Amino acid sequence: MSTIAVNAGGGIGNAAAADANASVRIAVRNLDFYYGDFRGLKDISLNFFDRQVTALIGPSGCGKSTLLRTFNRIYSLYPEQRATGEILLDGQNVLSSSIDVNELRARVGMVFQKPTPFPMSIYDNIAFGIRLYEKLPRGELDDRIEEALRKAALWDEVKDKLRQSGMGLSGGQQQRLCIARTIAQRPEVILLDEPTSALDPISTGKIEELIEQLRSEFTIVIVTHNMQQAARISQYTAFMYLGELVEFGPTAKMFMNPGKKQTQDYITGRFG
Amino acid sequence: MAEHIVSSYDEDLQGLRRRITEMGGIAEKMLVDSISALVRHDKALAQAVISADPRLDALQREVEENAIFTIARRQPLAVDLRETISAIRVSGDVERIGDLAKNIAKRALAIGSDFQPQKIVVGLQHMSDLVMGQLKDVLDAYTLQDTAKALDVWQRDGAIDALYTSLFRELLTYMMEDPRNISFCTHLLFCAKNIERIGDHTTNIAETVHYLVTGETLAIDRPKNDRSIDTTVHTGA
Repeated sequence: MSTIAVNAGGGIGNAAAADANASVRIAVRNLDFYYGDFRGLKDISLNFFDRQVTALIGPSGCGKSTLLRTFNRIYSLYPEQRATGEILLDGQNVLSSSIDVNELRARVGMVFQKPTPFPMSIYDNIAFGIRLYEKLPRGELDDRIEEALRKAALWDEVKDKLRQSGMGLSGGQQQRLCIARTIAQRPEVILLDEPTSALDPISTGKIEELIEQLRSEFTIVIVTHNMQQAARISQYTAFMYLGELVEFGPTAKMFMNPGKKQTQDYITGRFG
Repeated sequence: MAEHIVSSYDEDLQGLRRRITEMGGIAEKMLVDSISALVRHDKALAQAVISADPRLDALQREVEENAIFTIARRQPLAVDLRETISAIRVSGDVERIGDLAKNIAKRALAIGSDFQPQKIVVGLQHMSDLVMGQLKDVLDAYTLQDTAKALDVWQRDGAIDALYTSLFRELLTYMMEDPRNISFCTHLLFCAKNIERIGDHTTNIAETVHYLVTGETLAIDRPKNDRSIDTTVHTGA
C-alpha cells in the first residue's frame, strides 16, 4: 500500500497550520502488528513530519496506541507481540534486529496517560534518565536538569524543592515532570499517549501550551480521545479504525472538511 | 446522514434548520406582498408586510443564540460546524431580505396612488419575479443541501443586475422629463435597488450552501451586470 498523499496547509493561515516544507522524520511503511495471532495493525503506511505535532485519533481498540508503541519498540517487552514492515527513523529501520533498543528509547521518548513519577526526589527523577545514558559531572547534570525543567514549564514551581519527592506534586505537575524526564535525554521524537486524560482543564491547558513550545525542537506524536485537543495542538491528524489507517492529512482539513465519510462520522460523534 | 450518538445534538441542529425554514417562508411572503402592495396601491397589505418583520428579527436572534450555544455546548466539527456557521450566515441574509421587503412596503405607503408609469411597474414586477424565483430556489437548495441548485441561483444573479441597470436608466429619464416625477421615481428607484439587493442576498445564501455542502468557498468572482454605477442620461443633447 502506498503512503496516503496529503496537501499540507489546509488553507488556514496561522501558526498552527501544517508546514508544507517539513521533512519526514519517521516513515512508516507497510507496518503490521500482531498480538499473538491477532493482527492489531494492518499495512500502515504514513509519514510523520519533523517538528510537527501529529495526532492519532480513533475509537478505543483502533490501534493508535499500538502504533505509538512501535516507534520505540516498547512492545518488545512482551514476547507475544511483534511488528513487521518498516519504521524508518531518519532513514534507519527501528524494527531491525541490529538496532540498540536502549539507544532507540533515548531518541524516542514516551509519556503515558497516567503520570509515572519514580518514588524519588524531583531532581533524581530527571537525573535517573540521564544517568542511564551519560555520565555527566555534577555541575553539568544540574544544568541539564534545570534546562529540562524549564522546557517542561515546571522550573519556577519546583526550583526550591528539587530534593522533595516527585510523588508530592499535583497530577499536572507530575505529568510535566515526566515530560521533563523525557526531554532531559534530548530525544528527537516525543510520544504522548493520552497525556492529559487524567488532568483537570488548567493542567491540560499547561500541557497543551508546553506541547506547542516543544514543537520547535521535537517531532511529537500524540494519541488523544479529545477531538478538540487534536484540533488545537496538532498540525497533522491520522484517523485509525480497526487497525487500519483510514485518513491522514493536515489537521485543519481533517476537522473542517475530512475526505472520508468514516472520518467525518467519527469526529462529529455519529460513529456507531 | 447518520444520526449523532447524542440525540439531543441532532435536535439542536434540526432546531436551527426549522427556524431558518420558517424565516424563509416569512421573507418570501414579505417580498411578494410588498410588490403587490406597491403595484395595487394596497396600504393594508403594505402594513401587513411591516408587521411581519419583528417575527423575522426574533427568529434571527433565536438562530444566532442557539447556534452560539451549540458551539459552546457541542464543539461541532466538520459538517456540523459548517452547518452551525451556515445557519448564522443564512439567517442574517434572510433577515436583511425581510428588512428590504419592509422598506419596499414603506415606500408603497409613501407613494400611495401617485402616477406610476406602467412600463416601470411591469419592469419592477418582472425583476421581483426573478428574485422571488431565486429566493425560493436558494431556500430549497439550503434545505436539500443541493449545491448544483445553489450554483444555478448564483449564476442567475447577473440577469437581475442587468434588469436593474435598465430600470435605473428608465427612471432617470422620467425624472428629467418632468420634475414632478422625481418624488415617486426616487421611491421606485429605491424599490428597484432593494429588489436587486435581495438578489445579492440570495447569491450570498447560494455561496453559503456551497460551503455547507462541499466545505470549500467559491473562489471565482460573482457574475455582475449592474452598470448603474457608470450610467448617466443627458438632457437635450
